[in-house]
Amino acid sequence: METKPPLYGLMAEFESPTDLVEAARQTYDEGYRRINGYSPFPIEELSEAIGFHRNSLPLIVLIGGIIGGIAGYMMMYYIEVIDYPLNVGGRPFHSSPAFMPITFETTVLCAALAAVFGMLALNKLPQPYHPVFNAERFALATRDRFFLVIEARDPKFDHDKTLEFMKSLNPKEVIDVEV
Amino acid sequence: MPEVDQPHDELGAHETEPMIEPGHTFASVTDKISSLVLKRKTPLGWFIGFGISFMLFQLFMLAVTKLVFTGVGIFGTNQPVGWAMPIINFVWWIGIGHAGTLISAILLLLRQEWRTSINRFAEAMTLFAVACAGMYPVFHLGRPWLAYWLFPYPNTMGIWPQFRSPLMWDVFAVSTYAIVSALFWFIGLIPDFATLRDRAKSRAWQVVYGLLAMGWRGSARHWARYETAYLLLAGLATPLVLSVHTIVSFDFAVAQVPGWHATIFPPYFVAGAIYAGFAMVLTLTIPLRKFYGLEDFITDRHLRNMAKVMLATGLIVAYGYMMEAFFGWYSANQYERFMIWNRMTGPYWPYYWVLILCNIISPQLIWIKKVRHSTIALFIISLVVGVGMWLERFVIVVTSLHRDFLPSSWGMYTPSVWDWSMFIGTIGLFLTLLFLFIRFLPVISIFEMRTILPQAEVEEEAA
Repeated sequence: METKPPLYGLMAEFESPTDLVEAARQTYDEGYRRINGYSPFPIEELSEAIGFHRNSLPLIVLIGGIIGGIAGYMMMYYIEVIDYPLNVGGRPFHSSPAFMPITFETTVLCAALAAVFGMLALNKLPQPYHPVFNAERFALATRDRFFLVIEARDPKFDHDKTLEFMKSLNPKEVIDVEV
Repeated sequence: MPEVDQPHDELGAHETEPMIEPGHTFASVTDKISSLVLKRKTPLGWFIGFGISFMLFQLFMLAVTKLVFTGVGIFGTNQPVGWAMPIINFVWWIGIGHAGTLISAILLLLRQEWRTSINRFAEAMTLFAVACAGMYPVFHLGRPWLAYWLFPYPNTMGIWPQFRSPLMWDVFAVSTYAIVSALFWFIGLIPDFATLRDRAKSRAWQVVYGLLAMGWRGSARHWARYETAYLLLAGLATPLVLSVHTIVSFDFAVAQVPGWHATIFPPYFVAGAIYAGFAMVLTLTIPLRKFYGLEDFITDRHLRNMAKVMLATGLIVAYGYMMEAFFGWYSANQYERFMIWNRMTGPYWPYYWVLILCNIISPQLIWIKKVRHSTIALFIISLVVGVGMWLERFVIVVTSLHRDFLPSSWGMYTPSVWDWSMFIGTIGLFLTLLFLFIRFLPVISIFEMRTILPQAEVEEEAA
């Protein structure tokens, strides 16, 4: 007997953002938690509907900025006061006003790097393989279609019952997604 | 839409033309923009344009080769004008870049949704303009292969850069600006790379765009963090762009040279940068939308809005010129007074008055509705402003230096053929990069265009 490949989850396809958000809300209310929505553009309501609230990125960026600012200033202090004091037109070695522009630049630089790499890290990108790509129609998720996935590892997941439920959400179609 | 140009009707509500022509769907927007890249046949016009640009770029390579083998003596730079074409062109290019950041970051924070169809292109323009700008300080060093000495790194010579100098501030400002602009641009491209990956027909392009998309799949959790990152980057890029041209102006304002030592410089340089940049965006988008038939996405409203920004910043620049003259007179300092008089009536007087004509007089035509509605007129004005802004830097740099404190050390400056070769060459470099960009990457942000379609709104049921 052929063994079926393990199941990643069930995927429902929708034609409009409104349908997807509505379906996501019902799915969340039904008690499913391991769910995700996929859309060709950001939909604010969607991330709320699937219960995604905590976003630690702003904190990461703040920390990046603070580190950048302190490191930039400390670097200049070390160079100009400790390691290589140079008398330039009689100005003090520790010329804090003259250090401000570079402190600002290193703050922005480190905060921006934290924003970009923090976002990629939290999103676990780059990620060359993901089960959702196995669905043939999923290529349209970057064009004009909207998808809702309930993962098989959700405690409430039961293939037949979940399939039944997803069909009641009025999707275009529901398919199995293999791992 | 009727011919309405007043921003407000009698109710105070916005009555403006659409940002995108009606009738588009998510699919049609996606297909139209991605087809520019994925369509197999490259138009003949692209090859011609790219060929000309690439030839001009070779002029740059020639000038640089000559420079590296001979030294900076091939430039017209002399004493007393020790800072000439390289700094003029550096400031000109970096200023042009600023409009891209303004469009992508500041207008995003101000929720100016019309920016959506031009931000990708403007950001690319920023990157390429900064690349061109960077060529000048590096090749003007004399020994460009030692350019890394500008950065603070522990070295066997036991020396460090001098951080009280605005030139060091410049190194940090410009390199930070280049890195942040590149990051912002790349982050904006990730979802579009995913679109191209899923739409490309050939295996090779699927792999290339797939690698660049890094496995983007449009997950709701990803989008939420993505939006946060994008907004934060915009928030960071906004003060950054203001700081960059402020610091560029410090290169002048911190010096004691008459005509440079003025507190008006930072705001006036920033306004000038945005002014020149919007002129360049107009110069480039008008032919682009014509040849690629993008009138649906880059509508007349976009051109008009850009023209209005140009007019507004042009007026700030005009104020800057007036204040410069006023400071010269009001300072009661003989050198300052002489400088402004020499600028207007000295040997470089034609440069000054053509500059006034280009930068102050010509944009006033935008007040006229007929001009504002004429694509050709806007194109010509934007070219004239581009020239005017170049002249502005020429006037600031050369007329201030050539006759400063001691009449015995006065002199004249004429750019050499290599100065011109390098300048025209960087225009070639800029256009070469732009043509490659137009061919291989989506010139309009596809995912952001989807968001401004009316059907992207989530309709809440009146429960």
